[in-house]
Amino acid sequence: MEYIISVLLILMIAGSIYTLHASDLLSAIVSYGIVGFGLVIIFLFLKAPDLAIVQIVVEIITLIIMIAVIRNSSKEDLQEGATIKLEGVRYVNLHQLIYISGATLLGIGLVYYFILSTAGLDAFGVHEMRMSQVYVEQGAELTGSANLVTGILFDFRGYDTLGEATILISAVVGILTILRIKGRK
Amino acid sequence: MTIIVKKTTQILVGIIVLFGAYIITHGHLTPGGGFAGGTIIAGAFILLILAYGDDVMHLRATKEDSSQLENIALFMFLLFGSLGMFMIPSVFFKNYLPLGTVGELLSAGVIPLFNFFVGIEVAAALFTIFLAFVILKEEDK
Repeated sequence: MEYIISVLLILMIAGSIYTLHASDLLSAIVSYGIVGFGLVIIFLFLKAPDLAIVQIVVEIITLIIMIAVIRNSSKEDLQEGATIKLEGVRYVNLHQLIYISGATLLGIGLVYYFILSTAGLDAFGVHEMRMSQVYVEQGAELTGSANLVTGILFDFRGYDTLGEATILISAVVGILTILRIKGRK
Repeated sequence: MTIIVKKTTQILVGIIVLFGAYIITHGHLTPGGGFAGGTIIAGAFILLILAYGDDVMHLRATKEDSSQLENIALFMFLLFGSLGMFMIPSVFFKNYLPLGTVGELLSAGVIPLFNFFVGIEVAAALFTIFLAFVILKEEDK
């Protein structure tokens, strides 16, 4: 199974790399769809049918929306971005030197704290399931749901589901607001 | 669109909506649930609009209707969740309805109700996003 998944992963990486170098926006979006549909097959191999159903439908709807947006956008927008040329920096700037050294120091500090914080965890490969063991063993009795994923999502983790629904609503409100402003200009 | 696409859509849309309803109502028994079924129902409506064009529904009313519907669905979800605070161990999102036997359609307490409202909310939200991206630009021209 690992071989199939690694072949699919290589295919997805190739698709996303082609997306960056595609000459046309439409072919870029279509090749980007390889990532989503490869993920569907990987979910099926990993025995997660719940995620596979959601992923395949959301991927189709996302592709349709992106293709519709590209067909609506004009050609001038597409060619405008192609003519921008970046000019290289010739000399070393003092500000840039300060920024680079600051970023490097911050990175070293973050790595140090990462090593500190992961020292107390279990060893790699050893998995101690305190909470999820209870979910797996008694989930059907406690929630009455035969599908354990739905039982966890809507009973034990009701807050999470509420948060997801709220995120969806705020996304819709944001999209409607932005497009309305553009329309009235 | 051509007549082949129109006829195929006319046959398939009802089946797709029925499949989405099945996914939602059997969310506590088989794989799926509110999110999956809601996206499938939204996909059915999107297919209808792609095949038949903008004038298949009265679109200006539909956008506001779907936006209101999703707000009402999220409010009902919150309401059913907060009803658990009036029960004796007062916990938010408590499963207060009788659980029933595992594996039957009418079981699992409030989980089917949550599935139902989350399905409506997701379907309305995705449909509203599609309408906003596709229709609003064409109205201005």
